[in-house]
Amino acid sequence: MAELFDGIWWSGYVWPTILTVLLIVAIMVPILIAVAYLTLAERKVIGWMQLRKGPNVVGPFGLLQPLADGLKLMLKETVIPSGANPVLFLIAPMLTFILALIAWAVIPFDEGWVLADINVGVLYLFAISSLGVYGIIIAGWASNSKYAFLGALRSAAQMVSYEVSIGFVIVTVLICVGSLNLSDIVRAQAGGGFWNWYFLPLLPMFVVFVISALAETNRAPFDLPEAEAELVSGYNVEYSAMAFALFFLGEYANMILMSGMTTVLFLGGWLPPFDIAPFTWVPGPIWFALKIAFVLFIFLWVRATFPRYRYDQLMRLGWKVFLPLSLFWVIATAGFLVAFDLLPNAAN
Amino acid sequence: MAFAGFMFYIFAAITVACGVMVITSRNPVHSVLYLILAFFNAAGLFVLIGAEFLAMILVVVYVGAVAVLFLFVVMMLDVNFVALRKGVKKYVYIGATLGGVLFVELALAATSWTLGPDVATLTLGPVAGEVHNTRAIGQVIYTDYIYLFQGAGMILLVAMLGAIVLTLRSRPGVKKQVIADQVNRSSKDEVTVVKVPTGSGV
Repeated sequence: MAELFDGIWWSGYVWPTILTVLLIVAIMVPILIAVAYLTLAERKVIGWMQLRKGPNVVGPFGLLQPLADGLKLMLKETVIPSGANPVLFLIAPMLTFILALIAWAVIPFDEGWVLADINVGVLYLFAISSLGVYGIIIAGWASNSKYAFLGALRSAAQMVSYEVSIGFVIVTVLICVGSLNLSDIVRAQAGGGFWNWYFLPLLPMFVVFVISALAETNRAPFDLPEAEAELVSGYNVEYSAMAFALFFLGEYANMILMSGMTTVLFLGGWLPPFDIAPFTWVPGPIWFALKIAFVLFIFLWVRATFPRYRYDQLMRLGWKVFLPLSLFWVIATAGFLVAFDLLPNAAN
Repeated sequence: MAFAGFMFYIFAAITVACGVMVITSRNPVHSVLYLILAFFNAAGLFVLIGAEFLAMILVVVYVGAVAVLFLFVVMMLDVNFVALRKGVKKYVYIGATLGGVLFVELALAATSWTLGPDVATLTLGPVAGEVHNTRAIGQVIYTDYIYLFQGAGMILLVAMLGAIVLTLRSRPGVKKQVIADQVNRSSKDEVTVVKVPTGSGV
């Protein structure tokens, strides 16, 4: 019994567990706050773009609005429709929310600031983001409602389609980096300023990635799964109170995640835009957050600017434009790197 | 190691339980969902033996794409599954035979590594642990067996073309959007400005 409590037990199992839980909390709390304030930012930004003020009543500049919304949703009743499949109906929003959060385990916030520095970080992110469709499709089926089901089917087809081009974009970046580790991807963009980041040499891929990220997160102009004009609210039409809130938070957490992915793959992660004094004083996580905020602003800007795509146009864009373009670019990049002997020589 | 063993039994038990649930649950959608859970736990087992690349590919390909399409199809099936289950006894023997053969083969493959002393010399690829397994797989597929890999790709391409040929039908009189035509239209060709005298119309 005594051995159980000596060094190995404590330093091998208990202490790492406590440390990991603390780290997870340290990552989750800022993300949840960011999700809450992203909803406010969205309403404010779109308000300004439409020459309105946005929420400005609750708290100074409407800053307490997300808390008020959260409180309201928590106090409401979670209605489970009588025809619904109750277990799956409740699992779906949890799944969406959990998947949006666990992906953050591999995102590097700064040199060495990463919860799980795994070799296949990019694949993990890709795998998790491809699972996001399940929350929506299960919700649509379990609701036992036609609107919800149509929304779910649209979403499934859309997310599977755009994942293909996202995959090719990721492959292009990987060819340039020579590693699947996210920290290595950021390090490969170091040395110099923003002109070393991959968004410039791989500009078409950057554009494809951002547009595919919009489709992957079901954001405007690709928000057909919840097209309120034709499907009421799509897959989440039967959800109320916290179950709805989880979908809502999941969607916004996914937006932040895709922005984080864009930042890591194309915008140099934690690196400063210029490698000279005043910029290098700012800590890496702040640059990382600023870049995420910039990409998120693009998400909101697009929503305020473009009308919703028609479904066949969405499919055409995914399969007939992005897929050939990204496939071509993978081959072109690989050919260029081989021809000029620039292929990265990864450690092992 | 004790912890890894513990995790192995958890993943393995859930995988087997899910496999059982796939074939016993009444609702086909639940079957597919259990299948997805089984895939997921199999990915966990891959991670435990250090094949993290295979684990992630399993999740991306099977859970993220194939199973979504399964689910997609099964959700839209309108089949009376109670009637389908009536003939289940007929297939028990075939199923049991197939299962038995598969089990024996798996057992042989797994035990031959320890029973046959010269089996280990047959491996052509790099031994796990020496190189990063992403690189090892790349080496085997794209360097050592590139022609076989390309051949498999060709077979899949033919299968895909076959499916397209079988389902494609040309329907006359259907209007399709041609985006290039729309973009190439100019207002000069399409719009004429007419001065309309009062009372006479165009």
